[in-house]
Amino acid sequence: MYSRTYKTLVSIPPLLWVGVFLLLPYALMFAHSFWAVHEGVLVHQWNLHNYATLFSKPVYVEVLLRTMRIAASVTLCSLLLGYPLAYYLSFHAGARKELLYQLVIVPLWVSYLVRGYAWKTILGSEGVLNGFLQYLHVTHEPVAFLLYSPFAVVLMLTHIYTPFVFLPIYAALEHIPRPLVEASHDLGAGAAQTFLRVILPLSIPGLLAGATFAFVLSLGDFLAPLLVGGASGTMIANVVQSLFGAALDWPLGAAISVCILLVIISLLFLTERLEKRWSFK
Amino acid sequence: MNSSAASSAETASPAGGVLLEVRGVAKNFGARNVLKNIGESGSGKTTLLRLVAGFEQPTAGEIWMSGERLDTLPPYKRRVNTVFQHYALFPHLSVHENVAYGLRVKKTSATEIGGRVDEALRMVKMQEFADSQPSKLSGGQQQRVALARALVNRPLLLLLDEPLSALDANLRKQMQSELKALQRELGITFLFVTHDQEEAMALSDRIALLRNGSLEQVASPREIYAHPATAYTAQFIGQTNLLRGEIIDSTARCGTLQWPSEGPSGPAIFSLRPEAIRFASDDVTPHGTARFRASLEQQFFSGASELLEVNCGGSQLLRVRISARGPLSGEHEFVFSIADAIRVQE
Repeated sequence: MYSRTYKTLVSIPPLLWVGVFLLLPYALMFAHSFWAVHEGVLVHQWNLHNYATLFSKPVYVEVLLRTMRIAASVTLCSLLLGYPLAYYLSFHAGARKELLYQLVIVPLWVSYLVRGYAWKTILGSEGVLNGFLQYLHVTHEPVAFLLYSPFAVVLMLTHIYTPFVFLPIYAALEHIPRPLVEASHDLGAGAAQTFLRVILPLSIPGLLAGATFAFVLSLGDFLAPLLVGGASGTMIANVVQSLFGAALDWPLGAAISVCILLVIISLLFLTERLEKRWSFK
Repeated sequence: MNSSAASSAETASPAGGVLLEVRGVAKNFGARNVLKNIGESGSGKTTLLRLVAGFEQPTAGEIWMSGERLDTLPPYKRRVNTVFQHYALFPHLSVHENVAYGLRVKKTSATEIGGRVDEALRMVKMQEFADSQPSKLSGGQQQRVALARALVNRPLLLLLDEPLSALDANLRKQMQSELKALQRELGITFLFVTHDQEEAMALSDRIALLRNGSLEQVASPREIYAHPATAYTAQFIGQTNLLRGEIIDSTARCGTLQWPSEGPSGPAIFSLRPEAIRFASDDVTPHGTARFRASLEQQFFSGASELLEVNCGGSQLLRVRISARGPLSGEHEFVFSIADAIRVQE
């Protein structure tokens, strides 16, 4: 057994870290959201003005809704890509399993920024894709909607977050005892029934974890819209960034951040509950 | 599994049982009622079971069950159900849903499912646990649910993969007796894999002993015990004394022991069960028995009986099982019936 002093001593550094770099900034953000700006100067005057602005100006609500739409699309797309991939690797890849697993992981080593620029190169009007389409005479002029659109943002974020969705699903599938699959076949269920009745229900915690990753990470993303989103693909993080930067309206930026934080916290709470509901020992 | 194992046919048609033939994959054997498939670990017994269930594909050969070829069917089309070693109950389904699984995937009507599941659960005395989650059950209870889940489908053949190995000794004895009663009641052929020869002896109508992927012997427990074909079988099923020697001029000579033998001359191995040897009662050696003198080396008391290790000269040790009679020492005269010295193959 460890002594009380020892326990206290080892817990101080992490507590200090969490306090200084997590709780304090959140507290500051929270406080800022109730303060105001007068002629470019921050005044420590408690009010709800920022929240009123936030919900009365359609532009903020609109961007917030678009952000959630984009995040939901990214979640859906990366689930549709990540789940079959994880299923294939876990159940049917055989000897190639390790190699394929590494191939899924390798893109995570490449800088986010590099991958973003790669999409710019592919989707741009002078880009690879447009060049190819014109070469095939599918179009005569560059297709404009490819780049600088919500579509481009969803595409890029899906590319980036699919491995994050893949990993927890793969882990969940790997943890399904194989005798359960055999038992299902033994009891007369073919591949499809076995998937729907045994594999899918038992992989739900991984699926939820993956979906949460994709949604939460997309919700707070500001690089993808910056690189490939254009005006129509602006997301809430870009608004926050501009409020803290050029607009110098920290309180409003903080109020938006608090809203996003609340959305994320309630989402995490919900998925946590659901994951517990679907966990079996 | 040694797929090149020779195939000597055991095709005697079983009365009211399932004929299981594993051609070329291993030797053929007929299955009737409880066929126990036993062998050492690595002997291929679980592989054989998985081949019959369809979880593994034979590299060569064919598997037939009562005139139907099995190895070309996917597992879900075989009229075979399995009780897995660690039960493999679905953790996300209740006991009732677990048992109903096989009927549900076959689109059985809800009323029929209800009735048959209740019946199966009653059969294994688990009806009061119908709504429990499997994780809340003890090993023995999970075992019963696994049994009900398999039997509710009314298979022609029930495969059991060391189903009792995860239970403690008392529960195992109890489940053995329940399994046997259940089999008698249902009349379904059980193919039961175990490494425990006592369990095999106690439960089965026929034993198939596997060694390195091929069948060593198929016979009833009494037959296999009384007439082991090989030295391996004799040692694996029960305890025995293996006497290596030779037959010359109609006399078997194994160390200091010798007795008249009809067999052809040449090297020979005999299996002599410890309980076949007893103390010589008087000075007369009855016809058909052999007598020898040996000194006591060790005595192991085990309740109703005791096992003696005796030295009959030339450092040849024999094991003798007698009914308990208190501490012994010194030299004694022993006798055994010549008919009990079974000549076995290497």
